Amino acid sequence: MTTLSPLLQIEDLHVAVEGKEILRGVSLALYPGEVHALMGPNGSGKSTLAYAIMGHPKYQVTQGRILLKGEDITSATADERARKGLFLAFQYPVAVPGVTLFNLLRTAGRALRGQDLPVVQFRRRIREQANLLKMDESFLQRYVNEGFSGGEKKRAEILQLTVLQPTVAVLDETDSGLDIDALRVVAEGINAFASPANAILLITHYQRILRYVRPRFVHILAEGRIVRSGGPELAEELEARGYEQVLQQVRSQA
Amino acid sequence: MTTARPQIDLGPYKYGFRDPELYVYKAKPGLSRRVVEEISDMKGEPQWMRDFRLRALEVFFQKPMPTWGADLSAINFDEIHYYVKPTERQGHSWDEVPDYIKKTFDRLGIPEAERKFLAGVGAQYESEVVYHSLREDLKKKGVIFVDTDTAVREYPDLVRRFFGTVIPPADNKFAALNSAVWSGGSFIYVPPGVRVEIPLQAYFRINAEAMGQFERTLIIADEGSFVHYVEGCTAPVYSKDSLHSAVVELISMRGARLRYTTIQNWSLNVYNLVTKRAVAYEEAVVEWIDANLGSKVTMKYPSVFLMGKGARGDILSVAFANTGQHQDAGGKAIHVAPYTSSTILSKSISKGGGRTSYRGLLKIYEGAKGAKSMVRCDALILDPYSRSDTYPYIEVAEEDVSIGHEAVVAKISEEQLFYLMSRGLTETEAMAMVVNGFIEPFTKTLPMEYAVEMNRLIELQLSGAVG
Repeated sequence: MTTLSPLLQIEDLHVAVEGKEILRGVSLALYPGEVHALMGPNGSGKSTLAYAIMGHPKYQVTQGRILLKGEDITSATADERARKGLFLAFQYPVAVPGVTLFNLLRTAGRALRGQDLPVVQFRRRIREQANLLKMDESFLQRYVNEGFSGGEKKRAEILQLTVLQPTVAVLDETDSGLDIDALRVVAEGINAFASPANAILLITHYQRILRYVRPRFVHILAEGRIVRSGGPELAEELEARGYEQVLQQVRSQA
Repeated sequence: MTTARPQIDLGPYKYGFRDPELYVYKAKPGLSRRVVEEISDMKGEPQWMRDFRLRALEVFFQKPMPTWGADLSAINFDEIHYYVKPTERQGHSWDEVPDYIKKTFDRLGIPEAERKFLAGVGAQYESEVVYHSLREDLKKKGVIFVDTDTAVREYPDLVRRFFGTVIPPADNKFAALNSAVWSGGSFIYVPPGVRVEIPLQAYFRINAEAMGQFERTLIIADEGSFVHYVEGCTAPVYSKDSLHSAVVELISMRGARLRYTTIQNWSLNVYNLVTKRAVAYEEAVVEWIDANLGSKVTMKYPSVFLMGKGARGDILSVAFANTGQHQDAGGKAIHVAPYTSSTILSKSISKGGGRTSYRGLLKIYEGAKGAKSMVRCDALILDPYSRSDTYPYIEVAEEDVSIGHEAVVAKISEEQLFYLMSRGLTETEAMAMVVNGFIEPFTKTLPMEYAVEMNRLIELQLSGAVG
């Protein structure tokens, strides 16, 4: 275990949506260079955690804290969090008609880096990353998520990740709805992004993406709490036995 | 006239500065036969134009104020200065323009735009065009681009043949008013087959308080020609209202294509009541691209009469209404000939209690077989205090036609804002991005330099203290 301080630290997080408590005390620490997988059945609160970390106004933190690079961001707005180095790849990214993907990348790049963003290099990086994700350059001129297939949306999210280079990335079910070829391409993108300087929280329902992106830790979220944590073998156990059995075992031990 | 009154704070409007009034002539407020004769005298016009004015004045006095649209009851015709002459002569280089006026146009970026990407420029200040230029190669090809007063003197046959034929004075009260007191505006003639590939621009500036600006524009694209004309307009902020009432007539001859772009950004004390109409003959195209950001009240419905077989008219109307504004805008397509086609696309945004109305007419005459039309109104309402209405009128007297109508009212979704904010954009930047995306069908028709300016204007509108 590293002696560095965590990039993302979540302490006893309780989150309510429209008055209903969804997360009931989640704690996590992501250190530099780490990939954590967060797994859990439908309705366990995975997406709620993702939104709460990014600061969606509908997701109210009722208790606990979120720290980014040691700084308390619990009450920061989403754009402040982004400028401090946080990124969320959405499970269902919305369409923004009339705004090209290229324009979004450029505007976001400027918002995150300020005016001194080197334009020529930045353009080149967008093109390079698009090529790595096997996206045609014409794709950059399409309107953000408008008429995109499920796979195209996920690729566009990962393109934003690799171009914007955040310090902490939360990927919310980036693997869902992808066929095997697209899954491999997206996983390669995530691996290309991962470095000793950043950390990734990979939220997923299925184990299959973990064949390509190896996590250091796997956590199981159920009913708003992390009920078990372990190494990559935990994902394999889940795959072999299913959520129901693993969760039953957890309950009987409790 | 006093201008000592402190400038009222209207937030982000950045064109509200004003110049001292160093005018050659300024008519006393109010309208009479005497004022009209004075204007005509000062211009040294031929008798036919003088008669035209006086007849129009009678029509203006007879016609009641229109009450079917925006609220015009606060207009006081007795307070308005109908004619203000800023200089004795027109400049053909910016050095010939009086310093204080040149400075204003510098601040508005006109000479710079001219150097960079325009083929010709006209600059109107109050009632008169103070600067005019056209590239030599276009002159040699026979293109005419002058102010309309000059055209009356130098091209009397062309002017007499077309002036007032598309919009007769009796068309409506404000067309009659313009016909009586018109001054300035652009006259363009493009000879057959000539393509003016880069835009011609006119800029209209009101400076005085309680000023009436009544420019008159006439554009003739002869057979198979192409021209793109762009107009912009601004004014200082005063507590007394000004009136801008233009008449714009377009004639697109067989096979010609005429595109007319307006970026209207008057200050919030200007009533903008403009009549714009085009005729398109066989296989001709007319495109109205009409953006209304400023003014207190705008009533403007660019129209196309599709007179020849296969003619096409496209109208794109964009309106942004902020606090205290009512943008009553839209378009009209009148299909007279067979196989004509039209599209009307209206994009409106209301914010801070502002009000937008789409008002449009689609009319298809019997015999206009195979006519096609699509009308679409998209409204974006940014807060619960603002308002948007649509008044689409459709009259179809022919069976063999294909028409479509769609209207969508939308709000900016929290999910869109959150998505963009998660990418580092502030809430205002995120909102501006959604709004700019919404009007992208308009922005993409603009030369790049205008598109950039347009996006900046939208951002200003959204970031201000207003609303």
